[in-house]
Amino acid sequence: MSAHPHELAERALAAATGPCVALVSNRSEANLRWAANTLTTNGLTSSQDVTVIAVHGGDQVGVVSRSGVDVDSIAALVADAEAAARASAPAEDAAELVPGPADDAFGEAPGEVTAGDLAALAQSLGSALEDARSGDRELFGYAEQTLHTTYLASSTGLRARYALPAATVQLNGKSHQRSRSAWAGAAAQALDAVDVAALAAEVTDRLGWQARRLDAEAGRYETILPPSAVADLMAYTLWSSDARSAHEGRSVFGRKGGGTRVGDQLSGQHLRLFSDPTAAGMQTAPVVMVGGSSPFGSVFDNGLPVTRQSWIEDGVLRALPTTRHSAGLAGIADTQAADNLVMEVDGGRGSAMDLVADLDDGLLLTCLWYIREVDPQTLLLTGLTRDGVYKVEGGEVIGAVTNFRFNESPVDLLDRIVAAGTTVPTLGREFGDYLPRTAMPALRVRGFNCSSVSQAS
Amino acid sequence: MTRDRVDDDFRDLPLTRLADAALQRARELGAEHADLRVERVRSASLRLSDARVAGGGDSTDSGLAVRVVVDGAWGFSASADLTTEAAQAAASRAVEMARVSRPLSTERVELAPEPVHTGEWVSSYALDPFDVPDADKAEVFTTWSRQLLDAGLNHVDASFDWVKEQKFYADLAGTATTQQRVRVQPVLTGVVVTGDGMETMRTLAPPVGRGWEYVVGTSADGAWGWAEELEALPGLAVEKLKAPSVEAGRYDLVIDPSNLFLTIHESIGHATELDRALGYEAAYAGMSFATPDKLNTLKYGTPLMHVTGDRDIEHGLASIGWDDEGVATGSWDIVRDGTLVGYQLDRRIAQLTGAERSNGCAFADSSSHVPIQRMANVSLQPAANGPSTEEIIAGVERGIYVIGDKSWSIDMQRYNFQFTGQRFYKIENGRLAGMVKDLAYQATTTDFWGSMAVVGGPQTWVLGGAFNCGKGQPGQVAAVSHGCPSALFTDVRVLNTNEEGAA
Repeated sequence: MSAHPHELAERALAAATGPCVALVSNRSEANLRWAANTLTTNGLTSSQDVTVIAVHGGDQVGVVSRSGVDVDSIAALVADAEAAARASAPAEDAAELVPGPADDAFGEAPGEVTAGDLAALAQSLGSALEDARSGDRELFGYAEQTLHTTYLASSTGLRARYALPAATVQLNGKSHQRSRSAWAGAAAQALDAVDVAALAAEVTDRLGWQARRLDAEAGRYETILPPSAVADLMAYTLWSSDARSAHEGRSVFGRKGGGTRVGDQLSGQHLRLFSDPTAAGMQTAPVVMVGGSSPFGSVFDNGLPVTRQSWIEDGVLRALPTTRHSAGLAGIADTQAADNLVMEVDGGRGSAMDLVADLDDGLLLTCLWYIREVDPQTLLLTGLTRDGVYKVEGGEVIGAVTNFRFNESPVDLLDRIVAAGTTVPTLGREFGDYLPRTAMPALRVRGFNCSSVSQAS
Repeated sequence: MTRDRVDDDFRDLPLTRLADAALQRARELGAEHADLRVERVRSASLRLSDARVAGGGDSTDSGLAVRVVVDGAWGFSASADLTTEAAQAAASRAVEMARVSRPLSTERVELAPEPVHTGEWVSSYALDPFDVPDADKAEVFTTWSRQLLDAGLNHVDASFDWVKEQKFYADLAGTATTQQRVRVQPVLTGVVVTGDGMETMRTLAPPVGRGWEYVVGTSADGAWGWAEELEALPGLAVEKLKAPSVEAGRYDLVIDPSNLFLTIHESIGHATELDRALGYEAAYAGMSFATPDKLNTLKYGTPLMHVTGDRDIEHGLASIGWDDEGVATGSWDIVRDGTLVGYQLDRRIAQLTGAERSNGCAFADSSSHVPIQRMANVSLQPAANGPSTEEIIAGVERGIYVIGDKSWSIDMQRYNFQFTGQRFYKIENGRLAGMVKDLAYQATTTDFWGSMAVVGGPQTWVLGGAFNCGKGQPGQVAAVSHGCPSALFTDVRVLNTNEEGAA
């Protein structure tokens, strides 16, 4: 017999013989994918997982998740979690479970994404595909609408429900026997809020910029990074910033000889990097909801409030994401990270193209790809440019150059910011799947290290 | 003893009834093709930090998926409920999705023919890791972690991931297969930190399609040599911390299988996925320089180069009896004598390009996802009477021996790549001359494989692999193995990563 998520959570707690947390994760999704001007795949899926976190003896924990759980099988799931807890070694992050309060909306049913949620997109995409065909261009891309509703209940009385809608559209255009490539993407809470025609127009414009090809060598360039590229670099920075790794001297935010770099000036710019569960259009859960412990979240911390947290303020490293356990290890404040990221630079104004207007000689990138860590202690990252690199001279784009492999540290780059644009919602080309809720400015940076040429076009 | 039968608790599910319900509904609604998958994927993990449990869990994802072709268009839907009603509803929704999609589709979907198959297949493993008490697993990794800490390392991260994947597939043509495979990934990483800096050293044991015997076995049993590796690891970490920084330049590289497998994955494995080469991944993972017009002409590398696609190698992470389109699997050549001669295919791509049949590379990582073309085990074959690693090194005047993988990145057409590793040893006049660090090698795919001067013998061949290869939108992960021998590559660009990072 099926049951509502909140009922499953309550039944799990009722079946528990000791301290217990139940998380029910309900996910509904619709997606379309297209390539070479034709639809390739689609999907309309729903899933529901129940995770039971059972605590035994105060510091032993068993975490068992299962999909397709109904009221008849929930007790068995709880029993498995409790057995796992009894059999486990003590958990290093063990702590008292977080007490209430109970959310009035806890009993509400989850929402559902339907094929109808794709209707407007399908129509605008159809027009874009038709335009592309008639213009001898090809469009490739992907769009999805998801609604992820999480129910959190604890034997301490805590009841929380959070619905997280998310939509993304990515559009890649190619022309001239695929020798030219351009990309635009957007994230929102609903597909209806994404202007596909505007994305298609941007892609078409940029393909036009590539009519003139110019030679360029590897080297360091004054470079304009659009918000998408900044989002990818800052996402990696956030994911490399857990307090424990820093405290143990294993990350760029650790001080040689011990301790974190909290308090260090990272940038001469008055910039802020922060996460905020209430950020307009990018809201995320206001309490911790995790089904597994990691440096960024502990199962014992489920239900702890998540508030706005500045990681960098006025260019100074102010905090690092923690769990209660890692905050204690590192001797710093407990700061739970929200699932979004915003950068603002005082005085930042305009778009990437406005920054181009002030650049005498340099490059304008479109986006970055295949970003991987080379050295954790400097956070040296490598990766590639993609979908258009443009030569800028005298404040104008004068043509396209080759793609490059870069080797750069985003933390080091913060101190090489020359100018910034207005912070706008953006979608990271590579990490937008994992962190779609980002708002970033375009940045102009000195000496961006284009380590070698990539022949990819 | 290896298993020969899928677990009863999966076989006992109403698999045939679910298939009948879904396929009949799809047929009634006009589907030209319909297939049903019932999947149960149980994944578990254990994480330790400095010999204390830092996390873990046990997650089971199960459900059914219906994929249809209606009027030449794909439709797909999935459900977590394993009831005939859910199967019928999923079939109806899949048909609805196909009809919604039809106006946007300009290519008619047709599938390459495949004989009808029925049967059962189980991967080769002895000890189901889910049958082993978690406390026993924790004890092994706690003991190993303590051993490394006691040897002087400042920190030790340990993790163990284990997965059991069960699949039932049936289609309108009559194919019905049931399969089960098990894979494990044990990793330990030692960290040494001083006022001068930090270095890490990770175990080289690759993830494999084996069971718990891979962890508790010994090299004498054909499992991994854990005792030897853990004994050496602390000293290697300290040696690396003290090692001089490499001098950037061009070197001959002797690359160990523990590193080369990943270069194969990125520069050959992904590059020879035909869906990519045709553009079906262009918006995301990218395309390939190895386009179909170059088949049988592209000089991928030196004539010593022989690369195969395999879906039936024992313990391979991508080994399976039938793929997720009911295609019977096997092996085939991808690069022969240095020339591109084959691709990885699924049924739609095979039909589209005139191939007689698919070579069985369709895979979905769960019932929630549609099968897409995923990588077979792609392996570099050893030279029949080739040299040992020591013999290869002996022939190098000035070079570097590269062991273990670490960082990897390649462009979206698979030209330009950059890899680091766990350990690097200078080679001077045919002998190892101490460790260096801060090294990455960078090349273009065909230049690199064109510089392969010596291929090691079978005695150097190791089946490496990766647990979580990403592809597709919505994103899917797949596990895949790559076997290779040691090999020598001449005149490769080596970077000093400190210099790369210096502003």
